[in-house]
Amino acid sequence: MKLRFFGRLRDQAGASEREVDIPAHVSTVSDARQWLGDDLPSLLEPTVRVALDDRLALPNDEIGDAREISFLPPVSGG
Amino acid sequence: MIGLSTVRIDPAGLLAGFIADSKEAGGIVSFTGVVRGSNEGGDVSALRLDFHERLTPAALEAIAEDAHRRFALTRIAIVHRVGDVEPGEPIVFVAAAALHRRAAFDAVDFAMDKIKIEAPFWKCEMRDGVSHWIEASPEDHEDRARWEHELGR
Repeated sequence: MKLRFFGRLRDQAGASEREVDIPAHVSTVSDARQWLGDDLPSLLEPTVRVALDDRLALPNDEIGDAREISFLPPVSGG
Repeated sequence: MIGLSTVRIDPAGLLAGFIADSKEAGGIVSFTGVVRGSNEGGDVSALRLDFHERLTPAALEAIAEDAHRRFALTRIAIVHRVGDVEPGEPIVFVAAAALHRRAAFDAVDFAMDKIKIEAPFWKCEMRDGVSHWIEASPEDHEDRARWEHELGR
C-alpha cells in the first residue's frame, strides 16, 4: 500500500510517499489513522482528510482494494 | 479552460482568449490572484504550491460546474498555478461570462471563495528565510459560508 502525504504532513512524514504493508487488523480509514498515528500524530487531527485513491473517504470507509491512501491537511488555495 | 499550470500564468492572454470564445455573453469578469510580497509582517521570497495530481483538477472542475450552474454562466475559466511561484506572479486566474454583469461578478467571487476552502492546494511560504505552511484563515471560511445562505438563487 502506498501512503501519500501532502502539505505540512509531507514534512512531518519526512517524505511524500511511504510503502507499507497494512496489517490484518486495519480495515477502515479510521483504523489506518489509528495505526499510523503513533508514528505520525498529525494524521489523527480531525481536520486532516483522507482519500482512497482518487476519492475522499469517511472514517468508516473500508480500505478494500485501494492502492493509495492520501492524507490531506487543511487546504490553502488561491 | 479549467486546470493547473506549472508555468507562469498569462492573465491578459487567457482573458483575450476567453473573450474571443464568449461571443454569446453580455458581461465578462475576470480575477487574477497574485503572490503577495509580504505576509504576517515578514518578507516573502517564494511560495511553493503542493497539489494532488487528480483530486486537485477534479475539485476545480467541480467548482467550475457549480458556479456555471448556480449563476447560469455561458462560460467559466479557472487556471491555478502550481509549483514554485515568486512574489508578484499570478497564482490564480478566474473568468466568468454571463448574459448580464451581476452573475459574472458573483460567479467569480463564489469560485474564488470555494477555491480557498475546497480545492486541495497547500501553500508553503518562504518568509524571512523560514518556511511556513499556510492554511485557510477563519476569514476564508466565513467568505465561503456566505454562499450557503444564498441557496436557491
